[in-house]
Amino acid sequence: MRRRDFLATSLAAATSLAAPAIARGAEARVLRFVPQANLPNLDPVWGTQYVVRNASLLVFDTLFGIDASLTPHPQMCEGSETSDDGLVWRFRLRPGLKFHDGTQVLARDAVASLGRWMARDTMGQLIRARLDAMTASDDRAFEIRLKAPFPKLLFALAKGNPNLPAIMPERIAQTDPFKQISDIIGSGPMTFQKDEWVPGSRAVFARFDGYAPRNEPGNWMAGGKRIHFERIEWQIIPDPATAAAALQSGEVDWWETPLPDLVPLLRQSEDVRVDIADPLGNVGILRMNHLYPPFNDVRLRRALQMVANQPDYMRAIVGNDDALWKTMPSFITPGTPLYTEAGGEALSGKRDFAGAKKLLVEAGYGGEKVVMLVATDLIITKGQGDVSADVMAKAGFNVDYVATDWGTVGARRAKKDPPSQGGWNIFHTWLAGVDCINPAPNIAIHTTGPKAWFGWPDNPAIEAMIGDWYAAPDLASEKQQIEKINRASMEFVTFIPTGFFYGYQAWRREVGGIVKAPFPVFWDVKKA
Amino acid sequence: MGIYFLRRVLATIPVMAVVALFVFSLLYIAPGDPAAVIAGDQASPEQIAHIRASLGLDRPFIVRFGDWLWHIVHGDLGTSIFTNLPVSHMIAQRIEPTLSLMILTLVVSLVIAIPMGVVAAWKQGKWQDRLIMVFAVLGFSTPVFVIGYVLAFVFALQLRWLPVQGFVPIEQGFWPFLRTLILPAFTLGGIYIALIARITRASMLDVLSQDYVRTARAKGLGERPVLFVHALKNAAVPIVTVVGLGVALLIGGAVVTESVFAIPGLGRLTVDAILRRDYPVIQGVVLLFSFVYVLVNLAIDLLYTVFDPRIRY
Repeated sequence: MRRRDFLATSLAAATSLAAPAIARGAEARVLRFVPQANLPNLDPVWGTQYVVRNASLLVFDTLFGIDASLTPHPQMCEGSETSDDGLVWRFRLRPGLKFHDGTQVLARDAVASLGRWMARDTMGQLIRARLDAMTASDDRAFEIRLKAPFPKLLFALAKGNPNLPAIMPERIAQTDPFKQISDIIGSGPMTFQKDEWVPGSRAVFARFDGYAPRNEPGNWMAGGKRIHFERIEWQIIPDPATAAAALQSGEVDWWETPLPDLVPLLRQSEDVRVDIADPLGNVGILRMNHLYPPFNDVRLRRALQMVANQPDYMRAIVGNDDALWKTMPSFITPGTPLYTEAGGEALSGKRDFAGAKKLLVEAGYGGEKVVMLVATDLIITKGQGDVSADVMAKAGFNVDYVATDWGTVGARRAKKDPPSQGGWNIFHTWLAGVDCINPAPNIAIHTTGPKAWFGWPDNPAIEAMIGDWYAAPDLASEKQQIEKINRASMEFVTFIPTGFFYGYQAWRREVGGIVKAPFPVFWDVKKA
Repeated sequence: MGIYFLRRVLATIPVMAVVALFVFSLLYIAPGDPAAVIAGDQASPEQIAHIRASLGLDRPFIVRFGDWLWHIVHGDLGTSIFTNLPVSHMIAQRIEPTLSLMILTLVVSLVIAIPMGVVAAWKQGKWQDRLIMVFAVLGFSTPVFVIGYVLAFVFALQLRWLPVQGFVPIEQGFWPFLRTLILPAFTLGGIYIALIARITRASMLDVLSQDYVRTARAKGLGERPVLFVHALKNAAVPIVTVVGLGVALLIGGAVVTESVFAIPGLGRLTVDAILRRDYPVIQGVVLLFSFVYVLVNLAIDLLYTVFDPRIRY
């Protein structure tokens, strides 16, 4: 063999042998993730969907972050100080924080970002109502001066539910809070590749080399956020069966929300791992309109509460997988520090159809139509709607089952018109468990009448109890207040919790480090 | 011909104007509110109203329609309410997958369906005819998503020959591009193949009974030239008509096929936009589809003259 031929042959052989290793290396540097839904935008304040929050956690950082015990920890901040009267909060940013455009993160960026967030977020609005001034003292320090104490301030700055108190450059944070930002510049561990974004199909994030993670291990939104991938590619696959097939065939690495129906199939695959996604789960909600008959009468709300059977609702949502649900005679997420069943007898135990019928007679219910909006395009709302329609008919209600899509329910539930003129009596939805750990993020439990969430329950006594909870100085007194709130809300039937349910997540065998959390935690995830 | 062409092109203007008015009115009266979707589950009615005002959705119908039309006339399809991206940009991102899928489906369908229809007519009443017609009935009656799932299960999941989902642009290589489209094209083509095969058969049966076919055979021509040169060309007008009308079928089928195979095309864009009530995107895509449909019909009308010289405009 001639020397040249020998070299050529050897090189070809070496190249062909090396190629798979190179390919494997490249594969390991990219994580292909199927999110729960399409990513419609990346404004952590303007966008309220969970999928926007999840992407925002990659791109933006927060001043504080909650960990798995729901405790706030400093994230972008070194720490904070509070005055003895609780009216002045001083914060100092960590050194070396940079935005994706290379500029330094300054205290005035934090002040502007919090200002925009306070205009939109429920807890932010509570802070704004007490706000005296928010000023940057130097490049790294700023303070918040309040007119009245707000002990939950750090929790608010650390919270993981939308709207996210994310920090962005001042020039971007000055955007009207009711308008979407156009520059996606954060200081989080990944940069958003806007030129590769195809809404409805694909969103790409590249590692930000200028990110300085904290030294502590990553723990949900707290600690060091170390990313082990050069790119994280979100592939939006709307069809669950296709997503399952793509995971099985190795075209994607991690699927955020597999349908329970498909989980047995995924479990048969040796290459796929399946586990509960979010330990805080979700809370099903049956919401009644308190403005109009019949549910402006508490007796008729109680009649419905007496026949609502949580196991029926849960099986309608997740099927026969009993590991996926729990009953919860409570308004607080099970397994969290404030969980209580005080007053929960109304929702537990044997369902009382005779008692409900008696209440209907007592209240003088004359068979008026109960307009129930059911979003049939979502299994969670469809399942709940079907169960409610069945038990209500058995109890003697005249149900007008309005089958429609979630977009229509979303618009119609905001109408305060009478049910016969385009309004409504009942709709179903659900909240993430992280939104129900206490009354602060849980908008459904508030009873502020015209200012309350859809359904507009009005009960100043319950609101006063919630106010007392906000002022509670420690966990023991918080628990006392929550018990009162739970009991009063059960009696008033602010809404009916239909149960607590989990969702699954699934990933390829070669992916490690996936944790259970209310959002996908990408830091410390690795791929072999 | 030139004057006819110009007249038809000009005629698309009032057609598109009617479509624009229709689409806008339909969306105006349709239930749903993008502001409620944007505001999210935790929003108060006041926040929803604020967002609605910031999007200009609280303005009267005539003001909104006039504003939209003014922008359309100036080539501006508007901006997506949800992504803040220009609708034209979003359509441009999505047009390649949909166009590629439709063209490949059309090619696959014509290559398979026309010979099937010709053979079925030629072997009328025999087992070949019956087999082809059974296939056609199956193709017609099986939902697109069922065909898609079965093909994906067999060829992607079991045999691992082709990918389950996704789309690779043609600039990244022809074979990777083609690999992602083979299953979707056969899925979408099922109903189209059935339709064209049946029409081809019916049209060919009519033509094969004509005197000139008997004459061609009598003068000693082989069956292949008789079928494919003499008969097929004369049977082409109804086939071309159905191919044109079938573009609407393709557009409808593309919505499902793109969802099943996660292809980032215009069909999925439309569905996503409808579910979210992203009015500018829905209006832009429907206008585009209508325009394409009008153009396809014009092309079909012009093709008649190629297959039948007696047709003059």
